[in-house]
Amino acid sequence: MIRRLLRSRTLNHYLRDPSAVLGSFLLLVLLVGAVFAPWIAPQNPYDPKVLTLQDSLLPPIWMEGGRAPYLLGTDDQGRDILSTILYGCRTSFLVAFSVILIAGTAGSLIGLLAAYYGGVLDAVTMRLADTMFSFSTTLIAMLLLGIFKGGGIPLVILAIVLTDWVRYARTMRGSALAVKQEDYVQAARAVGASNFRIMFRHIIPNAIPPILVVAAVDFGAVVMLEATLSFLGVGVPINKPSLGMMISQGKRFIYAGKWWLVVFPGSALISIVLGVNLLADWLREEINPRLRKR
Amino acid sequence: MATEITLETDTLLRVTGLKKYFPVRRGVFRRVVGWVKAVDDVDMFIPEGETLGLVGESGCGKTTTGRTILRLLEPTAGEVLFRSKRLGRVVDVAKIGKKELKLLRREMQIIFQDPYSSLNPRMTVGDIVGEPLIVHRMAKGKEKEEKVKELLQAVGLKPEHMRRYPHEFSGGQRQRIGIARALALNPQLIVCDEPVSALDVSIQAQVLNLLEDLQEQFHLTYLFIAHDLSVVKHISDRVAVMYLGKIVELAETEELFTHPLHPYTEALLSAVPVPDPDYEAERIILQGDVPSPVNPPSGCYFHPRCPYAQSICSEQPPEFRDFGGAHFAACHRAGELSLRGVKMQ
Repeated sequence: MIRRLLRSRTLNHYLRDPSAVLGSFLLLVLLVGAVFAPWIAPQNPYDPKVLTLQDSLLPPIWMEGGRAPYLLGTDDQGRDILSTILYGCRTSFLVAFSVILIAGTAGSLIGLLAAYYGGVLDAVTMRLADTMFSFSTTLIAMLLLGIFKGGGIPLVILAIVLTDWVRYARTMRGSALAVKQEDYVQAARAVGASNFRIMFRHIIPNAIPPILVVAAVDFGAVVMLEATLSFLGVGVPINKPSLGMMISQGKRFIYAGKWWLVVFPGSALISIVLGVNLLADWLREEINPRLRKR
Repeated sequence: MATEITLETDTLLRVTGLKKYFPVRRGVFRRVVGWVKAVDDVDMFIPEGETLGLVGESGCGKTTTGRTILRLLEPTAGEVLFRSKRLGRVVDVAKIGKKELKLLRREMQIIFQDPYSSLNPRMTVGDIVGEPLIVHRMAKGKEKEEKVKELLQAVGLKPEHMRRYPHEFSGGQRQRIGIARALALNPQLIVCDEPVSALDVSIQAQVLNLLEDLQEQFHLTYLFIAHDLSVVKHISDRVAVMYLGKIVELAETEELFTHPLHPYTEALLSAVPVPDPDYEAERIILQGDVPSPVNPPSGCYFHPRCPYAQSICSEQPPEFRDFGGAHFAACHRAGELSLRGVKMQ
């Protein structure tokens, strides 16, 4: 199996495409940073005992006034920017992976059932999907925050999932409807296969490729969405790290000339999204001609 | 509950009054505004071990007929009587329940026209051919592997092909895989839905010969759907001709080809190429197009294009009756016209 993967066309195409490799590299660096944050960050910026207000608003180390271990400077609370970015990425990835997993699975399942059984189920779920899709995620986030005073990361995930599942449902529904028409699905019915078997053995494996592309693109969108919500104050709570919130808190210092509070988190954010989008583009290209060849 | 259904001895399948209408919906509320009469009152029967050819132009309803008989589509009306070995009695396929239908699936199978869409591209050949065995819990693991190898060899493929994927095979080979899959459950009836239409002519001959050999070997009964008359001539014992959802003629192959009774049949036959350089073809080219099945013509559906039509043809639909020797036709003028057939070699 591994050998088959190593020799596969896909790997070849991947290695030859500079944007795909660049994208994954960017993504990997930030992902590794995020995962290993507790060990590699010079400081845990959310442990109040470590912070010293004396060290607040220091510039990056290569500028005058900057000093170790604050490589990229500090914020107004004395938190090391680099560390906060690493922990912030952690949140971004956590939220994005969770949303994609939950919304992706639930949405795809709903779309599959709607396509397979059609009729009332299809009509109802699609109308529901249209309704949910037209809600702004920000609004839902605010609503949830109002109801559950504590806030927290699970709430952010929930808020995004509630509007995000629709794109998976729609994509899977279209894909599954197309696959349903293929003769091999009719053949499985003629053989007497159960609905379950037909859905999971025949339809899903062949309907998945578009979902993968949607998920890849969606990843970047969810990262941005979480950052936006946190920036507006309706996302991650204040005592938890978030790139969006860093930018929000740091923006008032721009006019005082302390640009690093915004530029570095912003760059991290852009890098994640850029990396994912480059990969997603490559993935979309890769999936298409292969479908045609088969 | 119901009285016992009976079928003549030696008859495996008898279809009576089969209809399949598709609704045409319009508007926001998807109201039904019309019906596509894909299969419109079809009668036929097939004796055990025989092949009934079903021919007609594209869109005449032959594929829909085949699928409705197998109940892959729900019939709108009609009766499909089948002598089931597994259930030990004659059943109406159109009306039996889900549990019985699943048991019945082992006795009726289908081979599809398109070798490229009839095999799941994500499954190995072994999985594809073995799936029926798994669904009906007939074999697992080693035993299944053995059976699959047997089936592949029966259709002329090698056992090691089991591990390969459909895209690694040619069209003709894929059709063989489809045939192997249809045979896996040891069915009595196989609906062959244009199995060679998508293949090159030389491969067509190979696959047709295979089908004939298998028929003899496994005592199969075929409903052979096709639009190519020369193919049908070769493999069928009897032939039915379809037009716009109705069967217009049904007779033994040689009889149909040499003494057709229906003008549509005559026109179809005139287009069959004859391998004789001295033969001067007089092709009958029909005027007009095939009418839409949503809005068929009055009386006899064929009358607008029929060279022999008379006033009665547009007023009354013709009766499908026996003109002697089990040669059926639906035409008001069938007895009086002397239509041209082809020479049989």
